[in-house]
Amino acid sequence: MSNRPVPLLVARDLVKSHDRTPALRGAALELGEGEIVAVTGTSGSGKSTLLHCLAGIVRPDGGSVTYAGKRVDTLPEHRLSELRRTDFGVVFQFGQLIPELTAVDNVALPLMLAGTARGAAQEQAGAWLERFGVRKQEAARPGELSGGQAQRVALARALVTGPRVVFADEPTGALDSLASEQVMTALVGAAREAGAAVLLITHDAQVAAYADREVRLQDGVTVGSGVLA
Amino acid sequence: MSTRHILLGLLAGGPSHGYDLKRRHDEHFPQARPLAYGQVYTTLQRLVRDSLAEVEGTDSDGGPERTLYRLTEEGSREVATWAGQVTPPAPFVTNEIFAKVVVAILTDGDPAAHLLAQRAAHMERMRELTALKTAPGSGLATVLSADYALNHLDADLRWMTTTQARLTTLTAQTVEVDRS
Repeated sequence: MSNRPVPLLVARDLVKSHDRTPALRGAALELGEGEIVAVTGTSGSGKSTLLHCLAGIVRPDGGSVTYAGKRVDTLPEHRLSELRRTDFGVVFQFGQLIPELTAVDNVALPLMLAGTARGAAQEQAGAWLERFGVRKQEAARPGELSGGQAQRVALARALVTGPRVVFADEPTGALDSLASEQVMTALVGAAREAGAAVLLITHDAQVAAYADREVRLQDGVTVGSGVLA
Repeated sequence: MSTRHILLGLLAGGPSHGYDLKRRHDEHFPQARPLAYGQVYTTLQRLVRDSLAEVEGTDSDGGPERTLYRLTEEGSREVATWAGQVTPPAPFVTNEIFAKVVVAILTDGDPAAHLLAQRAAHMERMRELTALKTAPGSGLATVLSADYALNHLDADLRWMTTTQARLTTLTAQTVEVDRS
């Protein structure tokens, strides 16, 4: 018997090529409800492509992606984008905040897109900024933030809608070790509290050590415990 | 690690007795092996013999009588010299993992599987250390000790990743050396 959580997100036999160069060659992975899994591997091992397929950002050439028991890789685009908005949160290496908006408006945006009124959205956004220690920077634009502050704002934006899965692609890749520690502590603490699962892509073992387990990618194939026992 | 110099360093803060020195040592270095009382008293006696510390007197504080020790001037100089010396960087570290990879090649084993299993063990230990340092209420001494261990395990992992990438060449060379 395993004590591991029931699979929420399941990838089987994923195949994906970019211009005939294979990035994934039969990768498999399961992410349990509330579980934090680190996907590691050297550059070019297919880590980011795996995340993009699982988050519904790109469609795999072969294999399947199932979320909460339903196939998602075959969903029409409008259903996929709705799912990304309601159930998924994404953080990239360079936050990708909207440069023209203040920190608080960046975080409030996903709520407003989902129909929350501006005032209420900003209030919730402010509470997340407070939690991640960047409330004082709420009126600052992304260009005025340090790398670590910008990543914590990006985390707040990913978590504000209460996603069941957070996808983080090298969220500390551009940070020094102390800022990286702050971002990981914030991400893991908030995800655990909310019961959200996290798929964390990283090449850094010290970052991967924040996760419950590691899945290793080598040449587009998962080795080790990609699939729940 | 020089227990003798660490005790001298702790005595630099003022006269102390053995029990207090043990307690302070264990608080400053939470991830080190706790000092045994016997070791503390033996070391203190040697410091007195070498004129680096001397007996200040005794206090009982309502309990059993305890000997107070203090640093001598010679002891102060000794601890300052030790603390100022650069620690020699290790020339080569004994590397059991490398030895096992080579033996796996020589005995027709599976060095790649061994490296993968070793990686899993390293990651497990790194998760424990990360949990330890991020636990609520972890003191800075614990965080810094865990960081030191994490960085060393991380260095092992980087070496293992590079070795994994060089396994084909390593296997060819190892077999050739063994035949010549």
